[in-house]
Amino acid sequence: MVLMNASANAPLLEVRDVTKRFPGVTALERVCLTLQKGEVLALIGENGAGKSTLMKILAGVQEPDSGELRLDGQPVRLDSVESALRCGVALIHQELNLSDNLDVGANIFLGREPLRFGLIDRQKIRDDSRALLEKVGLNVSPDTIVSELSIGQQQLVEIARALSVNARVLIMDEPTSSLSLHEAGKLFEVVKDLRRRGVSVIYISHRLGEVQELADRVTVMRDGRHVGDLGREEITHDRMVRMMVGRDIAQFYDRQTGQTGDVVLDVKDLVSPAHPRHRLSFSVRAGEIVGVAGLIGAGRTEMLRVLFGVDRALSGTVRVQGRPVVPGQPRAAIQAGLALVPEDRKQQGLVLEMTVRENVGLAGLRRFAHRFGFRNRQREAADTAAAIQRLRIKTPHEHQVVQYLSGGNQQKVVLGKWLAMQPRVLLLDEPTRGIDVGAKQEIYRLMEELAAQGMAILFVSSEMEEILGMSDRTLVMHEGRITGELRRDQLSEEAVMTLATGATGTSP
Amino acid sequence: MKKNLGIVGLFAVVFLFTALNSDNFINAYNLENLIRRSSLYGIIGIAVSFVIITGGIDLSIGSMIGLVGCVLPWLLVAKGWSLTASLMAVAGLCLTIGLCHGLLITKLRLQPFVVTLCGLLFYRGFGRWLTSDGTQGFGRNYDGLRQLAIGKIPLGHLPVLGKFSLPVPFLILMVLAVIAAVFLNRTIHGRYLLALGRNEKAALYSGINTPRLVIAAYVICALVSGFGGVLFALDSNSIQPASFGNFYELYAIAAAVLGGCSLRGGEGSIFGVMVGAAIMQLLYNSINLLGIPTTLEFAIIGGVIMAGVIADELAKRFAARRRAIQQARQAAAG
Repeated sequence: MVLMNASANAPLLEVRDVTKRFPGVTALERVCLTLQKGEVLALIGENGAGKSTLMKILAGVQEPDSGELRLDGQPVRLDSVESALRCGVALIHQELNLSDNLDVGANIFLGREPLRFGLIDRQKIRDDSRALLEKVGLNVSPDTIVSELSIGQQQLVEIARALSVNARVLIMDEPTSSLSLHEAGKLFEVVKDLRRRGVSVIYISHRLGEVQELADRVTVMRDGRHVGDLGREEITHDRMVRMMVGRDIAQFYDRQTGQTGDVVLDVKDLVSPAHPRHRLSFSVRAGEIVGVAGLIGAGRTEMLRVLFGVDRALSGTVRVQGRPVVPGQPRAAIQAGLALVPEDRKQQGLVLEMTVRENVGLAGLRRFAHRFGFRNRQREAADTAAAIQRLRIKTPHEHQVVQYLSGGNQQKVVLGKWLAMQPRVLLLDEPTRGIDVGAKQEIYRLMEELAAQGMAILFVSSEMEEILGMSDRTLVMHEGRITGELRRDQLSEEAVMTLATGATGTSP
Repeated sequence: MKKNLGIVGLFAVVFLFTALNSDNFINAYNLENLIRRSSLYGIIGIAVSFVIITGGIDLSIGSMIGLVGCVLPWLLVAKGWSLTASLMAVAGLCLTIGLCHGLLITKLRLQPFVVTLCGLLFYRGFGRWLTSDGTQGFGRNYDGLRQLAIGKIPLGHLPVLGKFSLPVPFLILMVLAVIAAVFLNRTIHGRYLLALGRNEKAALYSGINTPRLVIAAYVICALVSGFGGVLFALDSNSIQPASFGNFYELYAIAAAVLGGCSLRGGEGSIFGVMVGAAIMQLLYNSINLLGIPTTLEFAIIGGVIMAGVIADELAKRFAARRRAIQQARQAAAG
């Protein structure tokens, strides 16, 4: 084999036959990947395909068992995060790694603070940060405390931090999963700008629409193996899904609207403490799936929280099947027939250290309890078995600690918990966030099934495809109020965006 | 149960070591005493474990024991109250203390460490003031009541030990332990406590009334600690308000931690707590009998507890690793 010299034609980054094994499982099997200078390479694959392991190896967090990494044609050893950073490879995690009690400047230069006479040179940090923030298009002062920023803004701080180390390769792991449409758009601009400057980006995402827009090339992984690449002209949704999943999946879920019954959920003049100046009114019928679209900060999650009683409404009424729900108590909401699958399943939806069975039974403990508060273990077992079967939860057994399940299966456990309560109204907040294509389809199918059985479903989503594919009706929110309602025949991306950015359309 | 294998093993090792190296260990008198003291500390260990399971802590237990320990005999002897009235007063006192703790922690969102630390100082001071720092005792009139703490149930002749009697506190501990274990593992309230100790938000989102439960945990802790305090007082019969019960909260917390209660919350085993309490009393006993200078007492006990916790952590890691291998094997096969 001819040894390649560092030439202008060598790819910027090369992964050659990298294998990584953990006790009992091969995470990566002779994986190959190439990244050219100034290109955006999308890395796609289902959960468990090995993407994060590969990224950890590139970022220096772990080392491969065999295989080689090359930078500019020269083999390199990335045995620590520092050495990776020195080589110009920076990883931006899906869960941001910022210290939110410190300010922006401190975060950008954390661990690499410029010193003056042995003390931190705060002015230099301020000046350098300002330049970097401008590069990423973030218009805040470097003295702002990070906890005061939105997630989208925090993400830009992370990118600024990566740029401060003169990263040549930026690895972004699901960067838009917590961003509003507007912020995502800004992020794309930043990525395109980086590309212009010669920085290469490895972009990991489940959102194939974004991949189509941004990527120069696509690398697909499945089950720890490199399945193939797609060049610019070959990037289509169908092809990507087929390579990821290994089987044909219909283009996207297209809901068949079923019959709808009486109004099950009736909301009148509801005022959330987060947006006290606006009143929300709408209704959902049995068998309906109503989507709630909007930009982040539109108040959708806040509305669900008020509906469910996590936050106490300032005024207004919520009725389920005609009966008013006592505000401010999740217990009352549950008793009335509401169920909420929250946005953050790890923090709000599950007790991670508890088992599948304990989590599924958690909401129903009181309702099904025996006298004196003794737990109804038979009911718990039955509900768990039913949930595992109906939702096809992949778990070795019901006593598996849910922390070790994949995101999609964790979400199914949360759903199982609520289905055991036989709710009348199912509230879903970003139901398929961070979940791979196969599991997403299953959840959509389940939503349809439940609607067909008469459940009323209200779901909040920031994924346009999801809103377009699943909603019978769509409510669009902007800064705390409902700007409009779209029937299925009125539904289009532009119509949603128009309402989401504040133009008032037809009132509900 | 597997979790507790470690400390049971530790107990067995120390027990055997002492038995082999001291002639005064295995006899009825010594063992009865050991059982009695272990039971008393086991009771307060169980009390604090409720609070630790919710992710909180109670540093005031020692001072509560001090307070209860001097208020009860003071009311009975110095103030001449009836037994019923005195006991109810003490129970009411503990109930109030527990409620205050719980309300301050849930409604005002103060840290349990701070609230109970202030409690530690306050109750001690209050008890001293109330009794004017005078040593309290039950005198001769309450020997019947004292049987709760010093009484023994004769079991007849046992091999090796000869005439052996089971101390009453042991029976009290057993009853308490069964109730506590059933509560924790079989009732919905116990499940709620475990869930909210791990993840308060998720518990709230599942419809659990988390503030009420946290308050209940502190009330239970205060009442059971108070009960333990009454027994300690009946046992000692000479209670100095300035020092009675000093440091007992540390023994209670150490017993709970040895017994598997993570200070992060959401975990706990009643059986483990009892074994934890027993190990500490056993160590005291051993140090005494083996002629190790008492100056080293604290050092040894601290060292053993640290070793126990480290071993437990390592065991957990090992088990997790084995589990991961098993799972991966299953995944590869399936």
